[in-house]
Amino acid sequence: MSTIDHEKYEAVIGLEVHAQLLTESKAFAPVKPEYGAAPNTQVTPLCLGHPGTLPVVNENLVRYIIKMGLATQCDVADKSIFARKNYFYPDLPKGYQISQFDTPICYDGFVDIQLEDYDKRIGITRIHMEEDAGKSIHDQDPYNTLVDLNRAGTPLIEIVSEPDLRTPQEAYAYLSKIKQIVQYLEICDGNMEEGSLRCDANVSVRPRGQEEFGTRTELKNMNSFRNVERAIHYEIYRQIELIEEGGEVVQQTRLWDTSKMQSRPMRSKEEAHDYRYFPEPDLPPIRVTEQMLTDIREELPELADVRRKRFIEEYGMSVDDAVTITDSRYLADYYEEVVDHLGNPKSASNIVLSEVLRVLNEKSIDIREFPISAERVSKLVKLKEDDKINSSAMQDIFNEMLVKDEDPEEMAKEMNLIQVSDSGFLEPIVDEIIENNPDEVQRYKEGKKQLIGFFIGQAMKASQGKANPKLVKDLITKKLND
Amino acid sequence: MTISETREKVLSGEVQLNDIVNHYISRIETRNDEINAYVATDFEAAKKQAEEIQKKIDKGEAGKLAGVVLGIKDVISERGKKLTCASKMLEDFESVYDATVIERLLAEDAILIGRLNMDEFAMGSANEYTNFGPVKNPHNTNKVPGGSSGGSAAAVAADMAMATLGSDTGGSIRQPASYCGVVGLKPTYGRVSRYGLVAFASSFDCIGPLAHSVEDTARILDVIAGFDERDNTSSQKATGNYVDAALNPNKNIKIGVPEEFFGEGLDPEIKEGIESLLKKLEADGAELVPIKLPYTKYGIATYYVLATAEASSNLARYDGIRYGHRADKEEVLDELKKEEEALRQQFESATGDEKIALQEQLTKMDSALIRLYKKSRTEGFGQEVKRRIMLGTYVLSSGYYDAYYGKAQRVRRLIQDDYKKAFEKVDVIVSPTAPTTAFDIGDKLDDPVQMYLNDVYTITANLAGICGISVPAGTHSDGMPYGIQFMADSFQEEKVINAGRLAELHTK
Repeated sequence: MSTIDHEKYEAVIGLEVHAQLLTESKAFAPVKPEYGAAPNTQVTPLCLGHPGTLPVVNENLVRYIIKMGLATQCDVADKSIFARKNYFYPDLPKGYQISQFDTPICYDGFVDIQLEDYDKRIGITRIHMEEDAGKSIHDQDPYNTLVDLNRAGTPLIEIVSEPDLRTPQEAYAYLSKIKQIVQYLEICDGNMEEGSLRCDANVSVRPRGQEEFGTRTELKNMNSFRNVERAIHYEIYRQIELIEEGGEVVQQTRLWDTSKMQSRPMRSKEEAHDYRYFPEPDLPPIRVTEQMLTDIREELPELADVRRKRFIEEYGMSVDDAVTITDSRYLADYYEEVVDHLGNPKSASNIVLSEVLRVLNEKSIDIREFPISAERVSKLVKLKEDDKINSSAMQDIFNEMLVKDEDPEEMAKEMNLIQVSDSGFLEPIVDEIIENNPDEVQRYKEGKKQLIGFFIGQAMKASQGKANPKLVKDLITKKLND
Repeated sequence: MTISETREKVLSGEVQLNDIVNHYISRIETRNDEINAYVATDFEAAKKQAEEIQKKIDKGEAGKLAGVVLGIKDVISERGKKLTCASKMLEDFESVYDATVIERLLAEDAILIGRLNMDEFAMGSANEYTNFGPVKNPHNTNKVPGGSSGGSAAAVAADMAMATLGSDTGGSIRQPASYCGVVGLKPTYGRVSRYGLVAFASSFDCIGPLAHSVEDTARILDVIAGFDERDNTSSQKATGNYVDAALNPNKNIKIGVPEEFFGEGLDPEIKEGIESLLKKLEADGAELVPIKLPYTKYGIATYYVLATAEASSNLARYDGIRYGHRADKEEVLDELKKEEEALRQQFESATGDEKIALQEQLTKMDSALIRLYKKSRTEGFGQEVKRRIMLGTYVLSSGYYDAYYGKAQRVRRLIQDDYKKAFEKVDVIVSPTAPTTAFDIGDKLDDPVQMYLNDVYTITANLAGICGISVPAGTHSDGMPYGIQFMADSFQEEKVINAGRLAELHTK
């Protein structure tokens, strides 16, 4: 194995991303599915495929997919039709899936991805709408496969990339970008673990310099961003080694097994489908007018790429900090609210990047679940900036604010942390410290000036953290130098 | 008894609703054993409904169809009732919701007395392909009633209902109406909601009324027509004044007479009868305009590609997994085991290429799931349904799509254009409803193509999506009735009602 020169080869990767839309109801039925609800409780006769039921297009579905198309610079078809994709499976109640075939509503777009040392533009072939199937559960009953149709009919969009990706890292960056966009647009929660974002990958390899694509395989069942990267990495190596050993890559679908960290081919029978696509007769074509496009364009939020650049220019933020803060639309919103309150972008980014992000990471929560509002956190920072509290007090109050919804200044008073800048109060404390530590005083006077920190610490302790450290320092320096 | 007569008598208090309901109950009790139009009845519910509606009448709050006793084709969903589509596949299936048309009928106080026999999943022209046994023509019980709404037509003809609902995908309301001597109206595609109509061919299917008179079909249409947000293919266009069109028909209409519908294959007596009726209409003031519909000769071929394609997909849901007929699981597993064992034994003793072939066979054996699908569907569907599913699956298969489905779609548009052009010149187009009168039961059972030809005059209205009506035009020397068909452009139901009423004035 070690004799193989992997660098001789180049991988060609295309991703198909399915995003479950956050519409109020299913794609074609008036039920709002709840994640984690008891099996087969979020259904109507339509979701169950009962005879005589008819699909009805959810209007948000069309708006949402157009948003995605516009956000990825796609053309939007003024007329596109739904098609039926026919196949039998127990979790597919109608025996066909409503999808789009040769007329996707959005096509020919792109996204820009950022890697550590380069940027790259990745083409989007098409974005189309479809409904999700139910879920087959194979591991809860030893004798039967169970079917949960809660998910059946849930609206999905499928985003198909051009085969422009060359490395697993690029695939990861592309997928993250798609997730970021759907979250910015608020059309999908982007959660891969819960299955609201799903990804299949088409992977082939070819000798560097060769134009023609190699035979590709399709990877499925990767349920996290890391697993997508891992599975593609595994597949590239598998294909290169196969070719180097004189074998041939077979076109097949392979399932990623997270526990074994390897993929296995799906039974070829399982994938030998003739889907018999034909126009869905129950749904008229979708027509998109210029007016609709104008309206939807106006609804689009500022997207991460634009916002990142603005933060760098407007707030003088470093690129890294701007990337971190704009990664989530809500964190960036939060940040800008703090800026508004404080009028100081630098102190806003300090508190958000240090304290706020620390808590989000520790608790693995989203900024929307963060208990301290931008207004309250701004008040806290303001106390510090006005010298009413010192930085250690700010830390203590911040931690308390996570559990108590009170005004920070009131809390500072209650916690007895309002900084004391009154030398009448501080002088006796300083005098006492000098008197009680003659050795340190002696050494300081002999030139060990760094002992100043020791004296300040003692003073802070004696004042129960309330002393203004700057004033304390001035006082001590003055007294010791007398 | 017609709807208008009933309405007068009921509202004036001359007749009580329970008398009406009892009349139909006794008709059904005496006639249905022989005719076999109803597959299920609920007399108690009908009586109870009559009592409640009678109270409304007494308070002056009666709906438009108060006292109208209706039978419903067993392809339209009624909550809490069996919805079998005359198929073994759904023999135990009970619907959990009301079709839109049912909601609308009930809101206007119609009384629903039972479920009507039909060709399985509405596929057939003689009402012989049914899990409940054939329906007999009330005019001669050796004859078929036509299909697929044979039960709906026969129930009206035998006075077992005041009117009925049928469905028309390729002539399934109009052809049985013709065979049974009643009026049958197929509305424009999109005029009546399909929500709750079990789909056969979704871009063709229409619900419509069958009744004793043109006016009665207009009264039913008046209630069931109109936009429904649960059916994206239903039209938002305003509905017409159908009843008025029946009450005050305009005699000075332009009637297009297409040469294609009066040629070869048409029974000469029917031809003569229709032509003499047209002369009377002309004498009344109508203008007869010879027209051509050159592409209609491809109607049957086009229809059987497109309708079966849609059917193959629409009927995929009957897989024995969630509801409907399911083959015996143990049997499926047993068969699988036996086959596998047999193959394995052969494999053990085989050598060379044969061994490789057997190995291949073993790996390619259908899974238990696939076997369950196949066996459930084989057992659950009848011959004609299976024939159409196979045909439809074939025309959609990769490699054949363009040659069949794609081409048929293009021809469908040409036929639509034929009609569009014709309706620039005429109000309605006339034809016989069917080329013959009702044939003998069993006559065409083994010759599907002959069976399909019965729909030659009706099928193109479904391809074009336009409306049509069949009105009794006369009686053949064989003693059987035959109908005259009028077609009008989309959403011009008033025009077919108008023309139908003019014809009816000469034949009643």
